[in-house]
Amino acid sequence: MHIVIIGNGITGISCALGIRKKDATAEVTVISSESEHFFSRTALMYIYMGHMKYEHTKPYEDWFWAKNRINLVRGYVSRVHTESASVNLENGRIIQYDKLLIASGSKPNKFDWPGQNLPGVQGLYSLQDLQNMELHTRGISEAVIVGGGLIGIEMAEMLLSRQIKVHFLVREKYYWSNALPEEEARMISRHIREHHINLQPETELREIIAGDSGKVQGVITQAGEIIPCQFVGLTAGVRPNISFIESSGIKTNMGILVNEYLETNVANVYAAGDCAEFESPRPDNPAVEQLWYTGRLQGETLANTLTGNRTAYQRGIWFNSAKFLDIEYQTYGTMLPELSPEQDSFYWEHPDGTKSFRASYRRNDRSIVGFNFLGLRFRQLIAEEWIRNRKPVDQCIRELQHGWFDPEFSRPYYRDILNAFLACTDFKPVSIN
Amino acid sequence: MTDQVSLSIAPPGESHPLQKTGAALLALALLTILIALSGIGAKYPLTISLLIGGLITAGAIFYSLPYFRALPGIRNNGIMRNPSTDRGAIAWGVAIFITGFYIVLYWFPHLLEGLIRTADPLSYLLRDKAANQWFMYSIFYTLAVLVMGIRFIAKYRHVRYQVIRTISVMFFQLGFAFLIPAFLEKLNRPEFYFSYFWPLKYSYLFPDDVGYLVSSGNLGIFMVFWGAVMTFIATPILTYKYGKRWYCSWVCGCGGLAETAGDPYRHLSDKSLKAWKIERKLLYPILVLITIITVLLWLNSWKGGTILGGISGTLAMWYGFFIGSIFSGVIGTGFYPIMGARVWCRFGCPMAAILGIIQRFKSRFRITTNGGQCISCGNCSTYCEMGIDVRAYAQKGENVIRASCVGCGICASVCPRGVLKLENLSEKGRFDKQVSNDQNSL
Repeated sequence: MHIVIIGNGITGISCALGIRKKDATAEVTVISSESEHFFSRTALMYIYMGHMKYEHTKPYEDWFWAKNRINLVRGYVSRVHTESASVNLENGRIIQYDKLLIASGSKPNKFDWPGQNLPGVQGLYSLQDLQNMELHTRGISEAVIVGGGLIGIEMAEMLLSRQIKVHFLVREKYYWSNALPEEEARMISRHIREHHINLQPETELREIIAGDSGKVQGVITQAGEIIPCQFVGLTAGVRPNISFIESSGIKTNMGILVNEYLETNVANVYAAGDCAEFESPRPDNPAVEQLWYTGRLQGETLANTLTGNRTAYQRGIWFNSAKFLDIEYQTYGTMLPELSPEQDSFYWEHPDGTKSFRASYRRNDRSIVGFNFLGLRFRQLIAEEWIRNRKPVDQCIRELQHGWFDPEFSRPYYRDILNAFLACTDFKPVSIN
Repeated sequence: MTDQVSLSIAPPGESHPLQKTGAALLALALLTILIALSGIGAKYPLTISLLIGGLITAGAIFYSLPYFRALPGIRNNGIMRNPSTDRGAIAWGVAIFITGFYIVLYWFPHLLEGLIRTADPLSYLLRDKAANQWFMYSIFYTLAVLVMGIRFIAKYRHVRYQVIRTISVMFFQLGFAFLIPAFLEKLNRPEFYFSYFWPLKYSYLFPDDVGYLVSSGNLGIFMVFWGAVMTFIATPILTYKYGKRWYCSWVCGCGGLAETAGDPYRHLSDKSLKAWKIERKLLYPILVLITIITVLLWLNSWKGGTILGGISGTLAMWYGFFIGSIFSGVIGTGFYPIMGARVWCRFGCPMAAILGIIQRFKSRFRITTNGGQCISCGNCSTYCEMGIDVRAYAQKGENVIRASCVGCGICASVCPRGVLKLENLSEKGRFDKQVSNDQNSL
């Protein structure tokens, strides 16, 4: 059996390694146009900042793939032929498959802004994007970033590390307030400004203007303000990278449509990771999941199915993490920016503005829904267990110490949190069983 | 907060004016050392020594001031592009300089006469006798740990574990490895390092040293007792409770230098599987060798030299030459800018070997991985000075339990997702995966 995987990102590679673990004989081929070997996309920013080199971002040494009999093919897939079960590479090569996984990832969103294709205007997703960014930011003094998400803040940190003045245009009132509750979003917005980033909330891009040389010279906002700059980062999200499967008969919407088994409408063709779209997502789950963690989980799940053990994808208790400049972020459970009417939440913030905690719970039985940690570390296993077992918020906050994950000798902020909690609620003592 | 300078510490191609000032002061210190060597040092020892010490201290502190002025956080900007930290031209120059210094120090100390004389004022103050090359060397060593310790604290001041640990290595170097041994000499007692034990300080359990200490009186007997207790009782207990870090990154002088002066080079360690294999092939045989030598020496002294004749003494001498001097000194420190700061600790130190065996098989210490939160970015592996591929464990949700881990905690500090935590917990479940049932069931 020949399993062909398009894309050597975390999804494709997790699947390939999973297959090899469960089936010693299957032939596995991974095709990538981006890089020879699997590298960690999340570390692109650290290459730019000089914390790491490209080779440090490769989680496995180069000999690993041959040893585990995973064929690596460098090439760009130009077409998928489902009738003949083959894929065409741009260089003319044709590869036959028995089973095909499309894990081709994303590409940065562009919204038809005038000037969006100028040199020096780009998103940050691939290794090639990083190379372009390196090229176009050399020796410049000012940059504009459009879109206040996770890539946007990373790009801002990158540029800042090279002493480039950053103007950060955000559509919402605060940074990432379409994902963070207002208090957290305000705290991070303050932190961004402390780093001398010119955060401009409620500002949208109208067009990008070029100078005589054809290079970026500045942007004009919807309000008509002109901001001079030599580089524009477009970080208003990403969308599935699926143009090469047009006319293949595989059904698509925004992404490649899949069921809960990550199967497409065509037999023996699967899709997973950023490029897949669930036809009927579970309540509260997005149709397209564009995270490292979900990519890994989907790839691992699919490895079961591809080796004969058909398994539905279940992402479990939700979790995510990020780092906003110097503030780490960990979230567990479903934490929406706006509380649902039957929920309440407790929020604590340290006066220094770099640490905060939120616990959301159901008002009726006070059972925990989820947590946000900023500048604090918490154990995932404990958070999951509490959320799954619907532990009362009062008990959770009293027992925060059990899941505390800050380094040894760190200040015991769980005590400050408990004291603040006791001061604002009628704390119900719980019996210890 | 507006007076804080922006994020970057060392943008490629330019340096902060304070760093330039620091570098200039350090250059002046080097010049003063040159002048001291000419004989001026012997003529004005106090002035010259104060000048050298002052310039080095001021230079290093000025050099690290930008760290203090930046907002607290991980600032490894440009390390991979800096010719002094990326095995560039400057790194090679520094490596040759340090290596050469060790060679001169060990085998041609008379060339350093002028410099050694500048250590006389402090030597008379502390020990009531003239300085030799070793006293001069230990002044520089201690100074390096102290000033680079200040830099380290500035750099990692947002992590209390790092701050406290660094204060500890600075304290043990200054007190236990410098002041106390010197003061013992002043009191006409044996020069003894209470922070070094067999088999790192192998001679402390050699018959000659033991005989000499015992014959020197009650304090000497206590020293022998202290050394034996630390090696055979305290080491296993402390390592069981806290891992080998209690020694390697909190107390030891070699570790202290690596953690402070060696911090700019920690990412240079080799993380390949091949390096790990070499590590195991070198480290444990050295432990076996020094154990055999020690046993032979005792058998010999017990039987009055009738077993093996002088072979055990010759073995001890060669061990001292190749392992004690060349490996731990010349290569161990001289190659900092090329191979990272823990070459000796990783490939050679027999103390680390013992501690590592205990840590691997019988200890409460581990680095816990926080479930599925790892994003495989590789910061942890990159900045592990012992060359452990931390990410390989973290991305699988496995605890890091490795003989070589010195527990410096830098992996946990540089992790951008808060995935790693150094912990002493119950041995139960130490090797279990830290992923949830949802993920395990796959």
